[in-house]
Amino acid sequence: MASPSALPRAGEGGRPRRRPRSAVQRGLRMLPVVPSIVLLLLFLLAPVLWSFYASFTDASLSGRGARDPQWTGLDNYARMLGDSSFPLSAWLTLVFVVASAILGQNLLGLVIALLMTRARGPVSSVVGIAVVASWVLPEIVAAFAAYAWFSKDGTLNQLLAPVGAGGTNWLYSFPLMAIVLANIWRGTAFSMLVYRAALAEVPQDISEAALVDGARGWQRLLFVTVPLIRSSIATNLMLITLQTLAVFTLIWVMTAGGPANASTTLPVLAYQEAFKFGDIGYGTAIASVLILIGVVFGAAYVWLLREKRP
Amino acid sequence: MHRPARFAATLAAVAALLVVTACSPTPEGPESKTLKVIYQKSDSFTALDEVLQEAKKEFEAAYGGVTVELQPIQANDDDYGTKLALAQRSEDTAPDVFYEDTFKVRSDVDAGYLLKLDGYLQNWDDWSQFNEGAKAAGRGDDGGIYAVPLGTDTRAIWYNKTVLQKAGILVPWQPTTWDEILDAARKMKAADPTLIPFNMYAGKGTGEGTVMQSFYELLYGTGSTLYDENEKKWVVGSQGFTDSLAFLKTLYDEQLAVTPAEALDSNVWKRVFGEWLPQGKMGATVEGSYTPSFWQKGGIYEWAGYTQDMGVARFPTQKGQAPGGVSMSGGWTLAVGAKSKDPELAFNYLATAVSKKNALAFDINNSQIAVRKDVAAEPSYQAANPFVKDVSELVAVTHYRPATADYPRISTAVQVATESVITGQQSPADAAAEYDRTVEKLVGAAKVLKK
Repeated sequence: MASPSALPRAGEGGRPRRRPRSAVQRGLRMLPVVPSIVLLLLFLLAPVLWSFYASFTDASLSGRGARDPQWTGLDNYARMLGDSSFPLSAWLTLVFVVASAILGQNLLGLVIALLMTRARGPVSSVVGIAVVASWVLPEIVAAFAAYAWFSKDGTLNQLLAPVGAGGTNWLYSFPLMAIVLANIWRGTAFSMLVYRAALAEVPQDISEAALVDGARGWQRLLFVTVPLIRSSIATNLMLITLQTLAVFTLIWVMTAGGPANASTTLPVLAYQEAFKFGDIGYGTAIASVLILIGVVFGAAYVWLLREKRP
Repeated sequence: MHRPARFAATLAAVAALLVVTACSPTPEGPESKTLKVIYQKSDSFTALDEVLQEAKKEFEAAYGGVTVELQPIQANDDDYGTKLALAQRSEDTAPDVFYEDTFKVRSDVDAGYLLKLDGYLQNWDDWSQFNEGAKAAGRGDDGGIYAVPLGTDTRAIWYNKTVLQKAGILVPWQPTTWDEILDAARKMKAADPTLIPFNMYAGKGTGEGTVMQSFYELLYGTGSTLYDENEKKWVVGSQGFTDSLAFLKTLYDEQLAVTPAEALDSNVWKRVFGEWLPQGKMGATVEGSYTPSFWQKGGIYEWAGYTQDMGVARFPTQKGQAPGGVSMSGGWTLAVGAKSKDPELAFNYLATAVSKKNALAFDINNSQIAVRKDVAAEPSYQAANPFVKDVSELVAVTHYRPATADYPRISTAVQVATESVITGQQSPADAAAEYDRTVEKLVGAAKVLKK
């Protein structure tokens, strides 16, 4: 059975040839997207720019900085270097992203997608529904579910109690592990869906040719399938990395960054500085660094994607 | 050329939608005025909501054409402060009248959020009914009055008499030194190991509760202090600070208090009031004078037996030194927004809300210590619960938090120190040294005082 993509696509080549258009017509074609671009600029870019600007001031929620914020240059950024909670927080963010997104969600999503291509229909849909269910939940509900699972009197401990392993307070003793697992649980569905779509596009005949040449299962995966879905992998990595960098609700509900900052990632730290201590300037500086980290990750993936293309 | 026209129409519709949603509080006519009131409400705190609803009725009846728009914020104290400050930042959302924590008054005056009330207070007869100490709570750095207090509170040891008696401790109980607290707690633990003998909050989870209902009772009883009001400097390197941390460490290490994991849960106080004390699983805790408001009729943890079962004691000084007890006071006020379009009307609503009748209702329902002399003299206030007299007397030994703009950060540094000690990450001496470094970093070397 050939996969659909192996067949010539209906309509391709049958499309009427484009007539040359005038600049005016092309401008008019852009009109439908104007409202969305305006909205994006207004509600996404403007806050980002404002936040970037505020990070160079001593803006605050109360006190003199609220009435009349002063330009303080790089003070907020210099303060980060001397602040012991910032390096810890940056490190935790990195661990969180690598462990829960790049390794956890990404690999688990790929494995599930690969297994699903071989599984029988009913098995495949049951697994699919189970995985996607956590992704469909609103973030706050998923966060409460994860809290209920890991908390001291939670489901996990009740399951462990009969074998005598209950009683561990996971959120207190292993906060980072708890939020990493929760984020893997919540986000794997996205990677799985991306990879299912990508695997469906892999022409069966190449794989079959490799089989005839004597390639084993893992060799076909590594040397045939993976190179073919490389661009999906890069896109997926980029999206889940940015998504995971920004995770806030999950962590806030489960551990609120504690105990003793042991699960305070950068978004949590930025929130605490800006809204708990009212130090908008410092909070936005941390947020700006977070944006920069996202840009670095994004650029790295784009570069990887270009580098390996023939 | 139909398409451009349609897009123009769509654009116009989007723009119109934006404009409409941006100014949803519709402009009032000359006759109808609206006062916006922002305050805190939660499942455990509805007393203020009731009073403000009542004041709204009275006020709207007295001033025709005026609508009082009540905007309760459902949040805990910390989040309420944040949301209020965010609302203050724009003229469209800034309130005319709002509920303000006393320790934030000065820094919010600095921020330009509060209107100076001196001119209005002069012509307000009721102002003379407020006691002097309470008036000071609303004073800004320039000496002007910016807020009118609703009530105040004190902190004390609340103990379950039956639990103490079972351990062979005589009631009424009044420890006179820290060691007597530890002795009693150890006795209770020996009598029943499953018990939580003496709880004191610690860690960042309970926020201001950690400092107001635990650490400051210790620190201010050592002869040390957090902030030198005369020199206007923060105190670092004091033996009292280390001793206070060491006391908490003893409580937690010997399992005389809750477990560290429980202490770090921001909802631990709910179990203290809702489960442990009523069910006799906790011997004593340090809590505010508002404690009966949880147990009395209509409270969230109604418990009729509290009037007989519970007792209240002064928190002792470290070695029993004068004045023989320590308490902390806070309290909340009402203030008029500096951006109010009709400040006079706003003040009049404020005056209605803190009238004798409304203040009495608030103080009774929320177990507050009255700040109006006429309310304090009311028999119904004095009989509100059996502890009114005891907790009111603590005003004599009470302390206030330094109401400076950088206080919230210092408070967090203290909470971090307690958290490091009870979780065993640092020894009391190391945690105190870390606190000193943090304070110096926060306020600058010029504003710290070594003692």
